[in-house]
Amino acid sequence: MAIYLNSDSKIIVQGMTGGMGAKHTTLMVESGANIVGGVNARKAGTTVELGGKELPVFGTVEEAMKETGADVSVAFVPPAFTKDACIEAIDAEIPLLVVITEGVPVQDTAEVFAYLEGKSTRMIGPNCPGIISPEQSLAGITPHTIAGKGPIGLVSKSGTLTYQMMYELRDFGFTTAIGIGGDPIIGTTHIDALQAFEDDPETKAIVMIGEIGGDAEERAAAYIKANITKPVVGYVAGFTAPEGKTMGHAGAIVSGSSGTAQAKKEALEAAGVKVGKTPSETAALMREIMQNL
Amino acid sequence: MEYQAKELFAKHGVTTTLGVVVETAEEAKAAAEQLGGVTVVKAQVKAGGRGKAGGVKLAKTPDEAFEHASNILGMEIKGLRVNRVLITPATPPVEEYYFSFLLDRSNRSYLCIASVEGGVEIEEVAKTNPDAVKQIPVNALTGVDAEKAAAIVDEAKFPAELRDQAITLVQNLWKVFVEEDATLVEVNPLARLEGDKLEALDGKVSLDDNASEVRHHDHEDFEIREEADPLEAKAKDLGLNYVKLDGEIGIIGNGAGLVMSTLDVVAYAGEKHGGVKPANFLDIGGGANAQVMANGLDVILNDPQVKSVFVNVFGGITACDEVANGIKGALEILGDEASKPLVVRLDGNNVEQGRAILDELNHPLITQVDTMDGAADKAAELANV
Repeated sequence: MAIYLNSDSKIIVQGMTGGMGAKHTTLMVESGANIVGGVNARKAGTTVELGGKELPVFGTVEEAMKETGADVSVAFVPPAFTKDACIEAIDAEIPLLVVITEGVPVQDTAEVFAYLEGKSTRMIGPNCPGIISPEQSLAGITPHTIAGKGPIGLVSKSGTLTYQMMYELRDFGFTTAIGIGGDPIIGTTHIDALQAFEDDPETKAIVMIGEIGGDAEERAAAYIKANITKPVVGYVAGFTAPEGKTMGHAGAIVSGSSGTAQAKKEALEAAGVKVGKTPSETAALMREIMQNL
Repeated sequence: MEYQAKELFAKHGVTTTLGVVVETAEEAKAAAEQLGGVTVVKAQVKAGGRGKAGGVKLAKTPDEAFEHASNILGMEIKGLRVNRVLITPATPPVEEYYFSFLLDRSNRSYLCIASVEGGVEIEEVAKTNPDAVKQIPVNALTGVDAEKAAAIVDEAKFPAELRDQAITLVQNLWKVFVEEDATLVEVNPLARLEGDKLEALDGKVSLDDNASEVRHHDHEDFEIREEADPLEAKAKDLGLNYVKLDGEIGIIGNGAGLVMSTLDVVAYAGEKHGGVKPANFLDIGGGANAQVMANGLDVILNDPQVKSVFVNVFGGITACDEVANGIKGALEILGDEASKPLVVRLDGNNVEQGRAILDELNHPLITQVDTMDGAADKAAELANV
């Protein structure tokens, strides 16, 4: 088992023929993920060879789903067109939409999120590394070589910290590692992923990585206290970030008294989550938990 | 800044008084003469609490405007130097209200906040009388039409005689919010003037950088370069994601989360080495080729405070051998300019090849350390001289 994505997943790529899209489609194919085609209205009817696989290009997501049975779409389209690409995928009722694109105007994401209301699609991202269920499937840009299959579930706002944490705990391995993205508005939250890991019988413990800005970690802490029975270890990046300076992610800013790493750490600890001060300390906390399970 | 927010208000039909922006006391006097009557001299910096800091003064005469401007220009408010003042006619409000549209991260939507008891003390009102501060959700798809604007105005309990004016104003502020891709449009105070006129006396607009990049290239004009830190300005020109901090250890990494985490790890390591701290945040992102690495090192080595540099890369998409070649190329490009010790930690994709490239280079300035914690400790040790 895994969450959201497994060996049965059939993946299409929106923007497969672009630079980023082609590069990462190749890597996804090489990882063993079942990539079944791509979408580009201008190249519909052609095929592209990526990672040694001949992939058909369709005009629309709907057509691609009908022809291939795809149930996951990964979007690499440029930021100016991301909103339209998402709406197309949502209209086609794709079960899982993973939006990798960085730099999407936040009002576009707000519209897409409002549009998702009452629809069947789950969106992950935007501005995220996507999702990997090691040795099963990959929908995104996480290197599949870092860690294998195992009992830990990981949810993170940050891409490279996901990689770092997978690396630190590679001797245990992961059911699924999901990067939810660092933008102010995202489709899948820590809370969504925590609940999915709680429901997944193969996930024995969960690592949750947050960063400064917003109150998602505080809300996740309250949720953990009320709903999550599996052990959770937390890490929050940005303890030393100064107030008022945006640290790379559009959402990562400490404003006034809110959004600090310290406040997030305290909220998580109050919910019974062990929080590490550094990635290595966090991994050590998880190691301890795994050894006592 | 206030005067820029007011320009955006005026562009979308929000009633406001632009006033005159000046950079010297002489110009302030001339502006006050031109406007006539009593004027207000207001410091223009991107910070709240300008009034409390003494940055807003009433001037009865042009000479007083001169005097206030000479005091305010050059003063620091929350660490920001005042280089401009805005001269506006003094229009004492009969009542002060508060109004804003903002991005509501928690609900992943928009929110309108309005209060007729508010004005500049809105935060105080929110604490003592929260019922007087109305929070009204706005759907991102349907937005604010005349009907929604009327509902907002009624819920906020604007006086009946101002209702129609307020409805128009709310719609125009919504236009500022959506057409400029703002994350915050705030009017504080929204003033009721003599003769029952509503006017945006002061305001703040925060724009979404992503949207500015995609579809509002004119927003670049709002950036005032002289106020940015010179190193930040240089980094911006080079397309680098850099934030200057106050410390001795230069930081380069890939990915915002990992770089933030590196700052933390370095700060903890610094506690054992005389309290040295990170000098900057610099995320070189995915494509760390030689030129990007050279640009990054160039900015960091030009920071006179920097005593050592920590390059922390986890090769995900970026392969470590590319990063190592980037460092090698950067040192060749920089030549003698590269004069501070570099601690390099590479992990992940193609790590053996990457480490081998640096081993072979055997550069006197480079120390390789295998772990993030160990490398942070080494960089802190080297900075504590």
